[in-house]
Amino acid sequence: MALTYQAIATTTVGSGGASNIEFTSIPQTFTDLVVLLSGRSTRASTDGDNFTLTLNGSTSNFTWRLLYADGSNAASVSGSNNTNPHLSAANQTANTFGNAMVYIPNYAGSNYKSISVDGVSETNATTAYMGLNAVLWSNTAAITSIALGVYHGTGFVQHSTATLYGIKNTV
Amino acid sequence: MSETLTKIVVNCETGEQQVLPLTAEEIAQREADAAAFAVAEAERIAAAEAVAAARASGIAKLLALGLTEAEANALVK
Repeated sequence: MALTYQAIATTTVGSGGASNIEFTSIPQTFTDLVVLLSGRSTRASTDGDNFTLTLNGSTSNFTWRLLYADGSNAASVSGSNNTNPHLSAANQTANTFGNAMVYIPNYAGSNYKSISVDGVSETNATTAYMGLNAVLWSNTAAITSIALGVYHGTGFVQHSTATLYGIKNTV
Repeated sequence: MSETLTKIVVNCETGEQQVLPLTAEEIAQREADAAAFAVAEAERIAAAEAVAAARASGIAKLLALGLTEAEANALVK
């Protein structure tokens, strides 16, 4: 099978937690990038948390449309910051982690970057969030670094894991 | 979480991973983001409450015109 999906780097948060996870010096040899995140925030909430996406050190020029559901209602909302769905949080079921995937096509190109994000918080309760986010980063720079943070809490707890993959459209 | 805010930096070229303290700029950015969120969230809640109030007002007026509750709810869906 052709090797078109390659793990570039992975990291797991150690004891003491971490506010951010950053991938730097991203190789420009792939077509697309994927970030898979298994994360839990320090936020003291049963609503989970969101994660932030910082590209090349920039937290600006993001716009998005989010479709989300909480277990009983579904809705959509627009925004212009760098927040994305979803992480588990400290007041949700112990030892559970949310999951999210960030897909960034043509990250090395000179057009604006269209980004898809899906994510869920994980908890054994009636209210649990899931979301699909369509993001536009209005910046023409090739993406060389990606930083993940938590939106409400102070950071990721131990055992949160992020992996960066590169996708090639040909071998 | 430790009291010092830290970040994990993974160099994708070398594979090296470092745990570093956040810079003053990064801490300031976090605080600014939190403040911006508080403003945006208040606006979102206010907008949602305004929509709900308008909907309730519309239903009440339709009921006053003689529509059934089911008819009014269907119109103001």
